Formats: sequence, C-alpha cells, structure tokens
Amino acid sequence: MALELHPLEQFKIEPLIPIHIGGLDVSYTNAALFMTIAVVLITALLVLGTRRGALVPGRWQSVAEMSYEFVGDMVETNAGHGAEPYFPFVFSLFMFVLFSNFLGLIPYSYTVTSQIIVTFALAATVFIGVTIVGIVKHGTHFLRLFVPEGVPIVLLLLLVPIELLSYFIRPFTLAIRLFANMLAGHTMLAIFGGFAASVGLLAILPVALDVAILALEVLVAALQAYVFAILTCLYLRDALHLH
Amino acid sequence: MDLASAKMIGAGLACIALVGAGIGIGNVFSALISAVARNPAAQPQVQPFAFLGFALAEATGLFGLAIAFLILFVF
Repeated sequence: MALELHPLEQFKIEPLIPIHIGGLDVSYTNAALFMTIAVVLITALLVLGTRRGALVPGRWQSVAEMSYEFVGDMVETNAGHGAEPYFPFVFSLFMFVLFSNFLGLIPYSYTVTSQIIVTFALAATVFIGVTIVGIVKHGTHFLRLFVPEGVPIVLLLLLVPIELLSYFIRPFTLAIRLFANMLAGHTMLAIFGGFAASVGLLAILPVALDVAILALEVLVAALQAYVFAILTCLYLRDALHLH
Repeated sequence: MDLASAKMIGAGLACIALVGAGIGIGNVFSALISAVARNPAAQPQVQPFAFLGFALAEATGLFGLAIAFLILFVF
C-alpha cells in the first residue's frame, strides 16, 4: 500500500514561501520555483549568449541562434506566410516547454509540465488565441473551417458535428499529450528506482533499465516540446488559411 | 465488488489502449524506414513527419494511460 503512492509523491506541490492574500493561496511553490528557473535560464541563454554579437558565433551564441532558426523555420514552413507576428509566441512556448521538460530530468527536481493545470493553461492559451486570430481575420467566414468543400448536404449533417468536436477537443489533446508523456515517463523512472531499492544484489537490472528509460525521456522531452510547437503552428495555419 | 478492486481492474483494462500505441508507432517507423530505403535523399524531408507521427501515435496510447491514472487516483 505504501508503495502504491510512492511513485506519485514526486508530483506533489509544496509551498516554499507561503503567501495568503484574501482567501487565496498564492504561495510560491516548488512548481513556481522551477518555472522561474526555466524562464531565467532561457533569458540567460538568449540575452547573454548573443551579447557579443560576433559574426562567427561562439558556442552559446550558436545555440541561441540555432534555437531561433529552428523555431523560425518551423513557423514559416508549417504556419504559412501570414504567421510571422506569431513567431515570438511560438518561440516562447517551445522554449518554455523544452526547458521545463529538461529541468524535470534532473534528479530531485520538479517537472512543471507534469501538472495538468500547467499544460492545460498553455493549451488553452493556444486554443483561445488561435480561435480569436481566426475570428478577427475572417469574421463569420471562420465557420467555413468546419464545412469541407465539395461535400453533399446529407453528409454535412454528420460531418459538421464531427469537425466541431475535433476542433474543440484540441486544447484537451494538446494538454493531455504533454502531461501524460511527462507523467508516464517520470512515474516509470520512480517505479524502477523503487525496485532497485528493494531487490538487493540484483539492483543492477532496474538501474540499467532506468538509465535506458532516462535516455528515452531525454528524447521524449525534446520531442514533446517540438510536437507542442508544431501543432500550435498547424492550428494557426488552420485559423489563418481556413483549411 | 468493492471500489478499490474495481479501480484496479478498470486501470488494467484501460491500459489495453497502449496496444494501439505500439502498433501505430511501429507503422510510422516502418514507413520511415521504407521511404528512406527507397529514396535516401528524401530523409531530411521525411524525418520531421516521422517524429511528429510518432508523438501523435504515442499520445493516443497515453490518453488511455491517463484514463487509467484517472481511474486509480481520482475516483
């Protein structure tokens, strides 16, 4: 029974500096700490990395420029030509998710994106933002997004509710994809670590498996950040170009 | 049947969804390998799609896992 809760103990939010305003608990928690660390690291990489502004970049400047170029390329390829104003948003999203995922891999740290409320806040921001962009650009024509061209009226009765459903489920799938990946990965690491603690001499096997899973988690951390950003670009393209 | 046992059985059943994830991921990478074997020059163009497809296929399986966790720890 005690073992049952233990893998999930790592996701507990603990207030580091308790702050209560009115009836609300706005404590500075360990989740908030790691969000702050992620933002500070990203800012340090980008600001300090490009401080010298050399024409032939050194190592940090190279990394900063590569991240900028990677996301810029992704936005241009996947969101189409009207999407340049949204590049800072996609870049911030990508870097925040990437750094949060990577920071969570450090032992004894806290994975911010393993909380459904964090990923849902990010996904809801994307969904509401993209919908507003579409409505502002197209007005009532935006509803054409749910009506594919060249479909007979009889099929439309079935198709439009399905299209509507798949549109409104987007923030949830976006949030749950990131959350479930992070949760599953860290829970697996904790479970195999628990095995290693209780087995004795055979502990080399769970530890070796943990090393392999950690390598997989590094890949998943980067990949989930990439998928979050690229889906944001695709949804933006849907809203801007209505197909 | 008491709630705790029903929860265990429900969580176990919900994990059957991961079969779909396994098949889907296998399909995605099999397509990638076939494509690159036929036309190695296309690899940098096909690879981003392969990773996107892998993440989306895995996500669908992980929705099932999320339901399993929901059943176990929320209800």
